[in-house]
Amino acid sequence: MAATTGRSAGRTGGTRGSTSSARGSTVKRATTVLPEDLSPAPVVLVVGGESLFAERATAALVRRAREADPEVSIEHLEAAGYESGQLELLTSPSLFGGGTVVLVNGVEAANDAFATAATRYLSAPTAGACVVLRHSGGQRARGLLEAARKTGAPEVSCQPITKDDEKVDFAANEFRLLGRKASPQAVRALVDAVGSDLRELAAACGQLAQDTSADGDGRIEADVVEQRFGGRVEVTGFRVADAAVAGRADQALSLLRHALATGADPVPLVAALAAKVRALAKVSTVGRARGADVAADLGMAPWQVDRARRELAGWSDPGLADAIRAVAQADAAVKGGGRDPVYAVERAVLTIAHARAT
Amino acid sequence: MTAGVSEPATVAEGVWTDVVGQVAAVRTLDRAVRAASVPGPGPGGMTHAWLITGPPGSGRSTAARSFAAALQCARQGCGECHECRTALTGAHPDVTLLATEHVFLRVEDVRPLVSVAQQRPSLGRWRVIVIEDADRLNDTSGNLLLKAVEEPPPRTVWVLCAPSPDDVLVTIRSRCRHVGLRIPPAADVSALLQRRHGVDPAIAAFAARAAGSHVGMARRLAVDENARIRRREVLRLPERLTSVGNAVLAAADLMKVATEEAKSATTERDAAERADLLRSLGAEGATSLPPAVRAQVRQLEENQKRRATRAQRDVLDRSLIDVLSLFRDVLVVQFGAEVELVNAELGEDVERLARASAPEDTVRRMDAIGRARRRIAANVAPLLAVEALMVELRFVRAR
Ligand SMILES: [Zn+2]
Repeated sequence: MAATTGRSAGRTGGTRGSTSSARGSTVKRATTVLPEDLSPAPVVLVVGGESLFAERATAALVRRAREADPEVSIEHLEAAGYESGQLELLTSPSLFGGGTVVLVNGVEAANDAFATAATRYLSAPTAGACVVLRHSGGQRARGLLEAARKTGAPEVSCQPITKDDEKVDFAANEFRLLGRKASPQAVRALVDAVGSDLRELAAACGQLAQDTSADGDGRIEADVVEQRFGGRVEVTGFRVADAAVAGRADQALSLLRHALATGADPVPLVAALAAKVRALAKVSTVGRARGADVAADLGMAPWQVDRARRELAGWSDPGLADAIRAVAQADAAVKGGGRDPVYAVERAVLTIAHARAT
Repeated sequence: MTAGVSEPATVAEGVWTDVVGQVAAVRTLDRAVRAASVPGPGPGGMTHAWLITGPPGSGRSTAARSFAAALQCARQGCGECHECRTALTGAHPDVTLLATEHVFLRVEDVRPLVSVAQQRPSLGRWRVIVIEDADRLNDTSGNLLLKAVEEPPPRTVWVLCAPSPDDVLVTIRSRCRHVGLRIPPAADVSALLQRRHGVDPAIAAFAARAAGSHVGMARRLAVDENARIRRREVLRLPERLTSVGNAVLAAADLMKVATEEAKSATTERDAAERADLLRSLGAEGATSLPPAVRAQVRQLEENQKRRATRAQRDVLDRSLIDVLSLFRDVLVVQFGAEVELVNAELGEDVERLARASAPEDTVRRMDAIGRARRRIAANVAPLLAVEALMVELRFVRAR
């Protein structure tokens, strides 16, 4: 399966929590691993608020445990409602041989009985048993985590991903794990469309990999993303804006009407128009300079600079001025300053499309 | 006259010192304090609801706090006693201050005040409740307040503040005694800066003039060199507006300046509030916070974030007023009027801009600034509104 190459690629791309803590690791806890690399150990820590990572880590661990020992038993414990003796019972060597994986959920809400039992277990782990401590963040039961770290327990960091750049890294890594490539624009468009929920983003990556052909170079391009997830307002807004700045008034207008008819909020549509025109205006100041050289100064990504430069063909200064005026007017209208906000957005789109020739 | 009523103090003394350039208003409030201080069981004809109005920066909330302090003070506002000092900062147990960072004052903001208003003062003479943003009352919270204002207990005084009487629900306004503040004369603001903050007279005069007598802004300009530098940067922007691209970049810079300025204005206060909260919860210096404390800290941080957004808008608006003052100067020069320039220190720039355009262009630009301010107030994306403005301010050679 492609997953093997994917996993090694994942090490370089990485998810934020795991790479950063791996880099900052000390001798004492040189044991941070990626979710998909987790394998059984006497004690294993799965720490942080992103449940997607935690589930993946646990699934990988269970898979490996079963590979090593098809008869392994998988047990579940809730640390909050723990009753004395349960852990000892589950981890004690079985008469029939075979190992045990004990998945302990909710360590952040552990009761005293569990903390005591777990601390005792740390000092004398049972051969053949693996205890997974799932802690979803916060300060409670931190002492137990520290004690486990001191024994060298492997740890998966499941910190939530919040920054768009990290989501882009995450999605790109997902495609690598799936053995597929996607263009940076495609990844960016996907994050724009469904990036608000990491689980949904991961699912979308999987769906795209499944729905598209891996033939040829098999790269997933932005237009495919827009086709599949084009109903999302963010992507629609950018499609409308793309068509408008290209001077394709008819297409821009029909995309816009379709978006509004399917219930899109006009406010982000206008924001997308503003972002597009803004990019063109900024790039109009840099002449022929390389995108990579000026991107930081303009507060843009290099590919955005290069793309805006291509789109700038046919645009003049007065045309840009008209476009900005129209977008600002439309924003005022959709924020409640006009009688007919839909008309205001349509007008802005048409003004932009026609301003190109000016 | 009844024994016990002393002569009105010479205005702008004691607790009134910082109520700058408001002779008439201070006289009214001071008289009310003196009339109310007649000893005896009754409230001495005190008005129980006041409405203090005035343009931003005229010192509405300072006036309201000074009034509250004077009511608590045994010497009608000496400015030095424990009563005066605690009332001015809002720490007096019988003085309650409500300011909001929300667009509206909500029912849950007002309800606690209504119940506090029913209580007798604990140690002071009056229970004073100050609402700094009475213009933000909505219909529901306004109605709740109305009921409380209509039938106040004998020792309760409400002080509402708003930019103008028209901003306050008419039902409430009609039950209040109105005190109007004016834009204070620049000379008075300058004198305050010198007296209170030891500012050099030349800088104090500049700050008062440049801030359009907005007391808070003038103070910031006078004591914070970075604020002066930022203002100068803003006023230099029009020079750069040679193309649409440059206009859009200038808009981004203006937003950045506004963000920095707002941040420098709020950071210190945010940290102090957090420390205060932790102290009051007994969690000062704790390495880990118990969940209940954490929830309160989070609530505070959310409020602070909202306040930062509002501060950024306010600062942006202030910057646009600065730019407006520049073009007003340009117009003055274009008409050859013998009026002192607001931005006298930028005389050369003003001259250059005046020569490069006609008066009708300047008027058009000033209109565009007004439009951008209205748009930002109406929730248009600030960056977009400023971009559209910068495009209009641009100096186009031939069109
Ligand atoms: Zn006093």
